Amino acid sequence: MVLGSYKTAICARAADQDILAKSQDGGIVTQLFAFALEEGIIDGAVVAGPGDEPFKPEPIVATTRAELLEARGTRYTICPNMSMIKEATRSYGLDKVGIVGTPCQIQALRKAQLYPVGMRSVPDKIALALGIFCMENFPYQGLEAMVEDLCNVKMESAVKMDIGKGKFSVYTERGAVSQIPLKLTHKFEQGGCHVCLDYVANLADVSTGSVGTPDGWSTVFVRTKVGEDVWGKAIEAGYFETKDIADVKPGLDLVTKLANEKISKNQKTIEERAAFKNLRNPYL
Amino acid sequence: MGLLSYLKEIFTGKQETPEGPKAPGAPAAKPAATAAPEKVKVAEAAEAKPVQTPADVKVEQKPEEKIMEEKPVADKITIGHVHMSGCTGCLVSLADNYEGLFTLLDNYADLVYCLTLADVRDIPKMDVALVEGSVCINDPHSVEDIKKTRENATIVVALGACAAYGNITRFARGGQWNQPQHESYLPIGDLIDVDLYLPACPPSKESIRNVAVMAYLLLKGTDEQKELAAAYLKPLMDLAARGTEACGCDLIYDVINQGLCMGCGTCAAACPVRAIDIVYGKPQIDRDLCIKCGACYTQCPRSFFNFDVINQFEAISEAIDAAMGKGGE
Repeated sequence: MVLGSYKTAICARAADQDILAKSQDGGIVTQLFAFALEEGIIDGAVVAGPGDEPFKPEPIVATTRAELLEARGTRYTICPNMSMIKEATRSYGLDKVGIVGTPCQIQALRKAQLYPVGMRSVPDKIALALGIFCMENFPYQGLEAMVEDLCNVKMESAVKMDIGKGKFSVYTERGAVSQIPLKLTHKFEQGGCHVCLDYVANLADVSTGSVGTPDGWSTVFVRTKVGEDVWGKAIEAGYFETKDIADVKPGLDLVTKLANEKISKNQKTIEERAAFKNLRNPYL
Repeated sequence: MGLLSYLKEIFTGKQETPEGPKAPGAPAAKPAATAAPEKVKVAEAAEAKPVQTPADVKVEQKPEEKIMEEKPVADKITIGHVHMSGCTGCLVSLADNYEGLFTLLDNYADLVYCLTLADVRDIPKMDVALVEGSVCINDPHSVEDIKKTRENATIVVALGACAAYGNITRFARGGQWNQPQHESYLPIGDLIDVDLYLPACPPSKESIRNVAVMAYLLLKGTDEQKELAAAYLKPLMDLAARGTEACGCDLIYDVINQGLCMGCGTCAAACPVRAIDIVYGKPQIDRDLCIKCGACYTQCPRSFFNFDVINQFEAISEAIDAAMGKGGE
């Protein structure tokens, strides 16, 4: 069950060209939130909005399509989306909240729903939780070092970053591409990621990521009843182009392979930690 | 429970006759064992002092139709709220479940002791004691009460941060003590064995609801339900075993320094006093603001994360909704 439980897996991309123009891959998260917002399925969503430094996101509560569009694209650093979850229900007064997050953030969300000690008015107001695939994350200073020192690109002139096919790539505004082998980035990963046992956001309503599908498309797992309902409506309304996941290369085999790699690597880390006297295992 | 049925009338317009009409046969199955004497007392009190209805509150009168309890509720658990030195905020949080509170009291639990909502003077035997507030050991009555709570309750829950960790009563008393000699406030865990912690200031209404439902399943459910409830409650029992001190610094010592923090931001959302900012991906704690309620550490996905329970979040949430009468909308 390295891919978690899911009802369907699909290869998909947004039908809206505006969204696709600056999305990371298939624009799934932006398109699905935009649809949910239009339909009143959500009143707003916690997303990674623009911060005050390039490629340093800040969590925002997006309540308009424009704000959602501002948050398109992956920034490979920490964006504490969960920090805005109570803000969304209490300060913004939203009754139906969407949230996007990495697997660990979706885990935090589900824990917050089942053990909501400090999460008044949160558990019953989560209307749509979207998860994104994640191998590991980088502190901002780490990302800066990777981009500026290793790739020789100023953060200000980068327009897109991407991880795929064993490389970390930075695209500049003048059209240049600077790449380094992914191996060189490992030392910049944040330590907390190395005990994570979830690659494809197993606990989200819908989770998505680029792995497994061709460029410009995304792999989508529809997992819960909520997810199935929203996804079904969006498909029916023509918001996504889809392909059968069985027909695309490299397909779910690659997703499974990477999930296995991540989980077994991190399981090993957890076991190594157990050999020491006072290192905690959060999963016990 | 005079006040309670009165409140209920206001909210639901339902009419419950004070004598408690006995459907023939059905409530005979009620366990007379636990809190029978107190219940009789309550009934007497309700009879003696009929609830006065203020003129501006309209209560629907349906004299013809007597609404009885829909099904026999022989298998309720008994819950008490024990008030030590606290601000009553935790009780308010429980009451904030509104109709949910009535569902809880109708179907799952009898409130056998609660200074504000039930007219019972002495701490009776009960299944679950929700203790709010820390214990002032300069006040012999409080010390006596907490001892008696332990003796009379099967499960003692530290409801809220004062009972669990002392919270504001421990270091920010503000000169508001009742008598000059009142100065020593201890978390209940320093005086008695506590089974379960529900930290935070106050614990959210939803968390109290969840624990109440799980406590019911643990005591009265099927084997399968008992297993689930035990798994659900275990981390909260582990918290009780962890100790009687909490602070925002727990995030630093027990999460960040342990190499476990991944910057999700949950702690910042959980903090009731906004003492936590996430700066460059890690929590930064303003210790002048921190009230040491333990919400941040408890809520952190890397303090505990039990896959066996949380992976079933969808089924559990549905079950709780169904239990609270919210399913099938």
